[in-house]
Amino acid sequence: MTSEREAPMVAIERLCKNYGKFAAVKEVSLMVPRGEAHFIIGPSGCGKSTLLRCVNLLEEPTSGRMRVGEIAMEFDGKRLPMSTREQAQYRARVGMVFQQFHLFPHMTALENVMEGPRTVKRLPYAEARATAEALLRKVGLAEKAGAYPKHLSGGQAQRVAIARALAMSPEVVLFDEVTSALDPELVGEVLAVIRQLTEEGMTMIVVTHEMAFAREVANTVTFMDAGTVVEQGPTAAVLGNVTNPRLEQFLRRFRA
Amino acid sequence: MSGYEWDFGKAFLHPDLWLTALTVTLGYAAATIFCGLIIGVIAGMLLLSRYWFVRVPVSGFVQVFRCTPLLIQIIWFYYALPVAIRITIPAWLAAGMGLTFYMGAFSAEIFRGGIMSIDKGQWQAAKAIGMLPWQVMQRVVLPQATRRMIPPFVNQSVLQLKNTSLLSIVAVPDLMYTAQVFVSETFRPLEVYTSLGVIYLIILYPLQKLAKRLERRDDV
Repeated sequence: MTSEREAPMVAIERLCKNYGKFAAVKEVSLMVPRGEAHFIIGPSGCGKSTLLRCVNLLEEPTSGRMRVGEIAMEFDGKRLPMSTREQAQYRARVGMVFQQFHLFPHMTALENVMEGPRTVKRLPYAEARATAEALLRKVGLAEKAGAYPKHLSGGQAQRVAIARALAMSPEVVLFDEVTSALDPELVGEVLAVIRQLTEEGMTMIVVTHEMAFAREVANTVTFMDAGTVVEQGPTAAVLGNVTNPRLEQFLRRFRA
Repeated sequence: MSGYEWDFGKAFLHPDLWLTALTVTLGYAAATIFCGLIIGVIAGMLLLSRYWFVRVPVSGFVQVFRCTPLLIQIIWFYYALPVAIRITIPAWLAAGMGLTFYMGAFSAEIFRGGIMSIDKGQWQAAKAIGMLPWQVMQRVVLPQATRRMIPPFVNQSVLQLKNTSLLSIVAVPDLMYTAQVFVSETFRPLEVYTSLGVIYLIILYPLQKLAKRLERRDDV
């Protein structure tokens, strides 16, 4: 599988998403090689979250092409090229972590993590439980296995949500501003988990406002503004020597 | 009224008839609540359909039964429906139909509201781990929504039990009808109706208490 010139894990080509006449995402293309972290940055409302939700088909792209692993699809603005069941199977391979965690409040942390393997993958209880316990240990929450979400701090809840996404052994994980809803002192523990995942070679697309974190762990970066890609490339090239005035203006706010 | 002499003994000359009447009231309440709930769950799900030609007629049914007096519904099912569809419906069944649909209409709204009250993020998170829509419903949405629906369902059931008293208008021998018979026999309306009120209170107070308790633990 690992040939010299392996096809990228995620390939998005000229993807568009319109809401009526408003174009939220305009002809965005990006590639993420296996095992790399691609970061998407940009001002609020620039379409970066919409793009991420398109990748998981939570939003239906208007046009363009997309491929994750060996699943390729093309959008023509009419119907999704996949049945409900195929979409579900696709989503099972693409993990997603949300800004607001969205843990299932009627399940314990452990049950939250076990839910996908049990219901979707139909794994036996013991096996699903063992995997879930290992994942909670990995995110540093082994002792919170029996806790309900309302008894978890924001940082703990988000780490459980990451474990829940990882439990499906996804080929790529999408992080949608996962630290934006957290108190500042809790951001670090969540970023530490993501950092660890990049070190383990997890393929991921990360939408974030944490610029220092992006500089540290991103392999490649896309800067979006008003739905379009303004700058794209290796992290050092995009964030190192900034020449584009829009990116320069955007980054200035983080230095203040 | 200072000279009035209360005589509650008169209200209880026929305890056996009170008991029969109580059975009729509880029987109608239980049956119409049960059937109404089934209608409500089905109608509630149809109200959530993405197709307007499913939603619109069901919503019409719900609005008709929510916005007309129950008394009229009972009379209509009892007298008008058999004429309208030219078949004979047993009187005991015709009497209960209005109550059943009335419960069904209110339950439909409770069910729909319960489902709608679940945050959209729950759907997204469940879909994101690869669940099919019915799995999201069964594993994530319904377990949370049911908890929120129970208190309003209990409240509606309390109202429903009291509303069975309207059956007396079509001569169903429930508590209210029986009380009216006793009144015409004893000419003691104050004692009879006061006693009747106490009987309803004794049945419903514990139910209302239960509803309150369920309300308190509605989120886990």
